[in-house]
Amino acid sequence: MGFIGETVDSIKSIKIRQVLTQTVTLGMIVTSALIIWKALMCVTGTESPVVVVLSGSMEPGFKRGDILFLHMTQEPIRAGEIVVYNVDGRDIPIVHRVIKVHERRNTGDVDVLTKGDYNKDDDIGLYADGQIWLNRHHIMGRAVGFFPYVGWVTITMTEKPIIKYILIGALGLLVITSKDRQHTEKKAGRWWGSGS
Amino acid sequence: MHSFGYRSNALLTFAVTALAFICAITSFSDKFSNQNPSVEIQILNINRFKKQSHGNDEVSLTLDIAADLQSLFTWNTKQVFVFVAAEYETPKNSLNQVSLWDAIIPEKEHAKFRIQVSNKYRFIDQGHNLRGKEFNLTLHWHVMPKTGKMFADKIVMPGYSLPDAYR
Repeated sequence: MGFIGETVDSIKSIKIRQVLTQTVTLGMIVTSALIIWKALMCVTGTESPVVVVLSGSMEPGFKRGDILFLHMTQEPIRAGEIVVYNVDGRDIPIVHRVIKVHERRNTGDVDVLTKGDYNKDDDIGLYADGQIWLNRHHIMGRAVGFFPYVGWVTITMTEKPIIKYILIGALGLLVITSKDRQHTEKKAGRWWGSGS
Repeated sequence: MHSFGYRSNALLTFAVTALAFICAITSFSDKFSNQNPSVEIQILNINRFKKQSHGNDEVSLTLDIAADLQSLFTWNTKQVFVFVAAEYETPKNSLNQVSLWDAIIPEKEHAKFRIQVSNKYRFIDQGHNLRGKEFNLTLHWHVMPKTGKMFADKIVMPGYSLPDAYR
């Protein structure tokens, strides 16, 4: 009875420390990912430094599933730039090309019209009701580089959330089981060591 | 240390790092290409020049565009997006850029061309400033790579002007 009590106590105490260490390590990983993301936001000057192309309106240049790297500077917006903008009331940003620019003297305010390369019509239909121009505050960044195919991971996880849960579950399982194996190896080593 | 998990993890990390490195130097190789595109644009005809019902000027014109953009293509080029814009200034606006025509060039062979087109997008002013207006025609190109950094540039051709009266 006493032996069982001792073993249970030792297991309990080790497990608590271990669980705490695991939690802290996990927290560190998540936090450092967050730090890197926020730092990227600062460096590129936009709220979303990387976006995934969701529609085919910029084909064949950007296909659905490509990712775009964005950058925002105070430079004036000029025709030909590929910009990412948010329309008031919609939360999905749109990535299209600027085809018309009218910049006011003195204030530097600018009216901009955009259009997807593959679309037949310009974007007026996408803007809010009654809106016929985009202004600077709608624009979140310019596309400066891109990488093909990598965005499909994000698209699959958003459209089939079950895959997200499976992935997180599998990762969680991996973390737990790998720690257990390390722990058992340590214990086995100790026993062998004490035996010889 | 020799389990399948560790090995596949190491392999995957190395593969991804190597791939990222290759894409970076591919994009970097674009810097060494020698580029000298050329273009000539003529206005063949002013088809229509009137004031719309809400007061803005609108022009419709036919352009003759002869261009050679073959030197822009490298092994890392997916397509070149080219467009012609009219640039001018007015009392209210320090800069107006209106895209008149654009095209996607998928291959080097198609990059040397001569076409006659009327403007694809409506040339409308914010106001009625276009009579007798002098403007530049600019040819812009935007090179989209297979991977990496995109780059764009333009050729400005000054000296075009619109007629003094509506037609």
